[in-house]
Amino acid sequence: MHELGIVFYIVKDVKQVAEENHVEHVSSVVMDIGEVSTVVPHLLTDCWRWAADKEDVLRGCEMKVNTIPAVTLCGDCNKEYETVKFGKTCPYCNSKNTWLLRGNEVEINSIIV
Amino acid sequence: MDAIKVIEIKKSVFEDNDKDAENLRKELKDKGVFLLNLMSAPGSGKTTTLIQTLNRIKDKVHVAVMEADIDSDVDAVKIREATGVSSIQLHTGGMCHLDAEMTRQGLDNVELKDVDLVVLENVGNLVCPAEFDTGAVRNAMILSVPEGDDKPLKYPLMFTVCDLVIINKTDVMPYFDFDLNRCKEYIHQRNPKAQVIPICAKTGEGVDAFAQWLLAEVNAWKNN
Ligand SMILES: Nc1nc2c(ncn2[C@@H]2O[C@H](COP(=O)(O)OP(=O)(O)OP(=O)(O)O)[C@@H](O)[C@H]2O)c(=O)[nH]1
Ligand SMILES: [Mg+2]
Ligand SMILES: [Zn+2]
Repeated sequence: MHELGIVFYIVKDVKQVAEENHVEHVSSVVMDIGEVSTVVPHLLTDCWRWAADKEDVLRGCEMKVNTIPAVTLCGDCNKEYETVKFGKTCPYCNSKNTWLLRGNEVEINSIIV
Repeated sequence: MDAIKVIEIKKSVFEDNDKDAENLRKELKDKGVFLLNLMSAPGSGKTTTLIQTLNRIKDKVHVAVMEADIDSDVDAVKIREATGVSSIQLHTGGMCHLDAEMTRQGLDNVELKDVDLVVLENVGNLVCPAEFDTGAVRNAMILSVPEGDDKPLKYPLMFTVCDLVIINKTDVMPYFDFDLNRCKEYIHQRNPKAQVIPICAKTGEGVDAFAQWLLAEVNAWKNN
């Protein structure tokens, strides 16, 4: 279970930031999750609920997920397009010489205390 | 005191692990130890391929194996019985992958001064192990014929992080519509540098090519 592993890293990072800032309780964590990052937001928030409630500083702390749309850039015609709709092949010129610009993020954006 | 405050973090969840992995790789370089991370879906043939390969290389290099498993130790026992190579079991405690820290803990149980090569059999899974750098010098993955030639399209990250893709179970090719050339094309779309070696771990066909690749990589790591 992929999301659970990721949640343990988030718990560790958030606890560390809370400690460094002398925060007693974190009320929410905001995540930036790319559309093609393979992380499923509702599984992530479910795992988060389970793991966060085991930590005093995170008890009841809510997780908010911002979804980052995936965008691919075409190296031949230089246009950008929606990755999820067209995949690896540029819809403008049919080139496969394309790469992901964003949409792969699994980032902790901020915490609200 | 109860005012709401936002603390910006803007940090990838994988950042700490990436640093740990980089440090581990440096240490391995200093010690002259090559670590191979072998990944695949469950049942693609990691253990069978390892047994065939170890029997070909065990007289040429000092090798040890680490078997990662969620909870059992059948693979470590199998390797020891079939090859005589020392093999330890790592339990991931329910996790679907190994990270650099877990890999380091496993390596603490290997006599690193006596070995040139450690092979890590990662947990059978095509998603998570690709995201967590273990600190290995090279990543290899096994795709077996029954899984289908379209896997590089469905699990792109796994194929992007691998230096070598082994196509296993070529003996059952006649029963599946697996097109080796099409598969290579998909792999190279994701990763132009990936090498591809077709094998049949059951009969040993093609395993020599993998053994040679591995020995060459170990030598390059120790001598450059
Ligand atoms: N026909 C055929 N079967 C194979 C081949 N290689 C492995 N197998 C069979 O595939 C099954 C799984 O092989 P393993 O080597 O245990 O696979 P694994 O990747 O280590 O499996 P996990 O550790 O459980 O993820 C066994 O029944 C093997 O005998 C092959 O080349 N051809
Ligand atoms: Mg196995
Ligand atoms: Zn284009």
